[in-house]
Amino acid sequence: MSTSTTSVQAPAGIDPRGPRFGAALTAVLLVVVLLLGTGAAATVVLALVAAGFALGVARGVGGTWQGAVYRRLVAPRLAPPTEREDPRPPRFAQLVGLVVTGAGLLVAVLGAPLGVTVGAALALVAAFLNAAFGLCLGCELYLLGLRLRSARSA
Amino acid sequence: MTVARVVLVVAVLAAAVLVGLAWQRRNGRFTAVPTAVLAAADLTDGPHVHAPGVERLTSAEIGVEPGTRATFVQLSSEVCTPCRRTHAVLADLAAQEDGVRHVDLDVAQHLDLVRRFDVMRTPTVLLIDGAGVVVGRMSGATDRRQALAALEACPPPADGCPRGTTAG
Repeated sequence: MSTSTTSVQAPAGIDPRGPRFGAALTAVLLVVVLLLGTGAAATVVLALVAAGFALGVARGVGGTWQGAVYRRLVAPRLAPPTEREDPRPPRFAQLVGLVVTGAGLLVAVLGAPLGVTVGAALALVAAFLNAAFGLCLGCELYLLGLRLRSARSA
Repeated sequence: MTVARVVLVVAVLAAAVLVGLAWQRRNGRFTAVPTAVLAAADLTDGPHVHAPGVERLTSAEIGVEPGTRATFVQLSSEVCTPCRRTHAVLADLAAQEDGVRHVDLDVAQHLDLVRRFDVMRTPTVLLIDGAGVVVGRMSGATDRRQALAALEACPPPADGCPRGTTAG
């Protein structure tokens, strides 16, 4: 038998292929940022990526432009999902993406253009791992964050 | 300059592939506490074992009575997708195997266990025997084959876990 003390009321599940497809689009944009270098164009594309993450944080991963592309163009061509996943983990991952790309942009705005490159490279690792392996780096980091927070308040 | 940028992209992607492969290999792999270490532990003086490398969980700590054969103590977080899949696998197994139980605990509410067992990621599953002694652990998405392999650390009561299944 099995007992559970987790998630009281899980929200309706989402198609898990959506966030992975979105991560692939994000990864392509981040490659573009790295290829553009540190100029204004690179900064603008990274800002676009960060704006997408902000949408994901505010409305869930399905509320991003990548989510809209998946629903409109990809999902209708695929079989219905065999499993659904909780929308909260991918949403948390969007927050991690926003923090990483946002920090890179902030550093760049403060006068160190390399911030764009470093932020884009870190976000690219995370987005690529999500798209290719289904590894959600943000979700793996969640527990470390929880431990740090509680260690400080204890 | 452009060549340097292409090299950077390739290097970043290569690093990501290495991380991804290492992560995939680690998922669900069962690490058993060595049998010799378990055999050296003295369980006669109360619920807490005083032996290096041996930990014992009480029903108060995990919220259920341990199964007579084994219990999968799963530590999950709300943001973790593989936790749901692992939950389904272990709940299924617990329903089918005699004396095997499964309990799923939220890390946010069990930070004491997180610290004590140095849990770094979710899901982490501790396998305890009928006496509550931790006989091994695994982390990451765990499939049925891996869970069954882990369960071999606790054979059916005829043979008993390394420590035996004396505690009811």
